[in-house]
Amino acid sequence: MKFGDFISNFFRKIFGKKKLIKLGIYGPVNAGKSTLANKICKDWIGEEMSSVSKIPHETREIQMKEKVRIKSNKKELDFNIIDTPGIATKIDYEDFMKFKLSEKEAKDRAKEATKGVIEAIKWLENVNCVLVVLDSTENPYNQVNITIIGNLAARNIPVLIVGNKIDLRKSNLKRIENAFPQYKVVGISAEQGKNMEEFYKELFDLVK
Amino acid sequence: MLTLQFVPYNEISNLSSLGRIRKLLNLAKDNKIVLLEGRLNKEEEAELIKTTMEEINANFKGIELAVVNPNEDSRDPFTKLKTAIASALIGNKQGFTIIGPATVIKSIKRDPNKLQLMMQDAKKRKRR
Repeated sequence: MKFGDFISNFFRKIFGKKKLIKLGIYGPVNAGKSTLANKICKDWIGEEMSSVSKIPHETREIQMKEKVRIKSNKKELDFNIIDTPGIATKIDYEDFMKFKLSEKEAKDRAKEATKGVIEAIKWLENVNCVLVVLDSTENPYNQVNITIIGNLAARNIPVLIVGNKIDLRKSNLKRIENAFPQYKVVGISAEQGKNMEEFYKELFDLVK
Repeated sequence: MLTLQFVPYNEISNLSSLGRIRKLLNLAKDNKIVLLEGRLNKEEEAELIKTTMEEINANFKGIELAVVNPNEDSRDPFTKLKTAIASALIGNKQGFTIIGPATVIKSIKRDPNKLQLMMQDAKKRKRR
């Protein structure tokens, strides 16, 4: 341990200062990362942090909410919540035009989305622990999911897999558990606020 | 016409990470589906996605990618040890990787036992 770290740990112990956890929210496009980030912020600070949309790549820049204090089971911790753009291996502006965006708007959105993916990958260096949000109605055996989780494992960053959209009929949490048997998976509906207590409990287990 | 190009592991084993990514991406940008013996490491996979994003333009829409490594998710300690020893001895030669341009491959569907390449329809490919 470096001398600086030792001193800072010493004073933290003396004055009881809580550690600040940089919590990254990662995942593929349209899995509900921003909806979850909003739900967490709404629950604990009463305001949302990101805009959400059915059009893919709505989050094209890193969004951060600092010092969000979360309580679970009589414990409390401070988090910096980092909502990241969805990671993808391809972006076609023509796909955005299906959502009635003009060609210029679609091209601009595609350009920003490519930059967002690059930023999200770069930010892997800056997080202490990560929620990987997957759409539980989709096939989890997707290379983007495998690459994100593999990179987090290679960096020894603790991961909680969040199977979102469990309120939908096609949701299949078991499939996610089978795809990533080494990881804890918690099912929620960020939109409906379903199973959030269990989610916070698992989050605290992850960071303890 | 679709071209499937096989790249044996020894063609990339001596290249730097950047060199490997460049080689694979150049083949994909040349409208070829690449079947690579073995795989990139996890950091290189992320770097491949980053580099792909940097190069997306009106003609190149990105890639479809699938890495198949049968022993990767094994929970059996003996298989894990065997895989680790094999990786240390022969590098990331186990498994295989498929990379293709998104204008040719629409999507790759996979489950534990099969891999399906869904192709873009020929008219759409021609238009691009």
